Amino acid sequence: MLKIDNLKVNYGGIEAVKGISFDVPDNSIVTLIGANGAGKSTTLRTIAGIVEASGGIITYDGEDILHKKTHEIVGTGITLVPEGRRVFPDLTVLENIKIGAYLRKDDLSDDIAMVYDLFPRLKERNWQLAGTLSGGEQQMLAVARALMAKPKLIMMDEPSLGLAPIVVQGIFDIIKEIHKQGVTILLIEQNANMALKIADMAYVLETGSITMSGTGKELLADERVKKAYLGT
Amino acid sequence: MKKSTKAICSLAAIAVLAAVIFYAGTLPTTSMFRTTFQMASIYALLAVSMNMLNGVTGQFSLGQAGFMTLGAYTYAILTIPVAARPNVYYLYGVAPWLENLILPIPVALIISGLVAALFAALIGAPVLRLKSDYFAIATLGFAEVVRIVVASSWLNTITNGSLGLNNIPSFKSYYSTFGVVIICIAIMGLIKNSTYGRSFKAIRDDEIAAEAMGINLAKTKLLSFVISSFFAGIGGALLAMYLKAVSATTFTLATATYYILLMVVIGGMGSISGSIIASFLVIFSKEWWLRFLDSPAYIGSFQVPLLRSGFRMVIFSIVLMVVVLFFRKGIMGDKEITWDGIHRLFTAKKKKREVSDDAR
Repeated sequence: MLKIDNLKVNYGGIEAVKGISFDVPDNSIVTLIGANGAGKSTTLRTIAGIVEASGGIITYDGEDILHKKTHEIVGTGITLVPEGRRVFPDLTVLENIKIGAYLRKDDLSDDIAMVYDLFPRLKERNWQLAGTLSGGEQQMLAVARALMAKPKLIMMDEPSLGLAPIVVQGIFDIIKEIHKQGVTILLIEQNANMALKIADMAYVLETGSITMSGTGKELLADERVKKAYLGT
Repeated sequence: MKKSTKAICSLAAIAVLAAVIFYAGTLPTTSMFRTTFQMASIYALLAVSMNMLNGVTGQFSLGQAGFMTLGAYTYAILTIPVAARPNVYYLYGVAPWLENLILPIPVALIISGLVAALFAALIGAPVLRLKSDYFAIATLGFAEVVRIVVASSWLNTITNGSLGLNNIPSFKSYYSTFGVVIICIAIMGLIKNSTYGRSFKAIRDDEIAAEAMGINLAKTKLLSFVISSFFAGIGGALLAMYLKAVSATTFTLATATYYILLMVVIGGMGSISGSIIASFLVIFSKEWWLRFLDSPAYIGSFQVPLLRSGFRMVIFSIVLMVVVLFFRKGIMGDKEITWDGIHRLFTAKKKKREVSDDAR
């Protein structure tokens, strides 16, 4: 589905991503784990077209998307749940959800019902301004908003960041649920333990390069991963 | 609140509004209420149009005066009666192609909006790439360029140079202005509540997240800029109609852009109803309620100190400073007046606030 080949990204002279390659197959959960500054967010932002790449190839369903603008990329069926949630604070919950479907021209009522089904909490807070929600609720809203675009591939940047463990568990349950409904997921996490448990395929990113790869289970069992990321 | 109750309330409000407008129309033309009411309604349109860009879309522009000037001049040039033209252009003469070109008032009004919108579309692409302060400075520069070009000698036979234009015709009926204002504001209200309006607000809140939603930033900002300028152009034309004369110095940064910006800020950035309320408050105080401060008053033989020509503006400025310092969100914040909101205002005490038990 999504193929990344030798992707390089520069941030003002510093090479943040140094030629990485990986695949996101149809209907899978792929995760990138790694420490702060390893280039995980940069990779996602480049795929979404927010950051410009300095080299490499990104294809989606065989189509080159590297040189497309963000709104065109969203139009092909890829959505990003950005780091730090970034809901629109002065818009109501419902407006936030509706704006997720900005590029769609069809009727939204079924899908609004669907995301409210998935997140009953948001339905209760329908008319509240998104800025007044708690961190966990904002993360739910960010995911709900992304789902409204009816994406084929959803990219999540640190969905567990700054949330209490019990809320994190809830978010991961939702990720599994979304995957069951047939959405492909590319997940970035510092919470390696949780991410690896649900991942079909996982890659370890260190200072801009992929140093290890394997299925989620393989990496969970790997001594080096355990030492560096799982703290056991 | 039930839908039918809301509909009844809305109808009642419309009836009251119509009654007030009708009452104003029956007053003698020397009545202060009659004239300030009309002027305030035009400013309400201008404030709402500025709010679309500055408040709803969050792009801080200071170019309002420029678009008003474009609208006002376009309207004046297209409508001054042919018979009056030799008098108006007595010094430089009128351009031959313009001599007999005259359009009906409604058509000229729409064209003045379109001319302002066209210029917005032309300068928008480069200018909207700039962020915050730089965008404000660039639009301010544009307004100054318009002012100078309009008064320049090589447009003498069209704009009458620095002499300006007079003899500008207005609607036959006092009520038509209100009709135009209400239609324009209603259109902007509909835009604000449409998908476009939501994308404007999304850009104001967070540009990167908006982009990630698939919103084309450049195109959407340009759309907001063009819409805002279109209505600024129409507002400028209505003011030209009201003043019956226009020159390059009629709409300047100080006399137009700042006043309108103050209305927007006092009313609340992003609130259409706030802008309307504030326009009426500001214009009524400036033109009417605070007038007494300008004429000397005597208590017996004692002359009250400070009351003299110009003192009104001092008081007015102090009031504005207080508002900006202590009521920064304005009257309405970014909310609108809704029947639900009014209903809630009276029932709010009964409700208990639900505390979120979710871990932050």
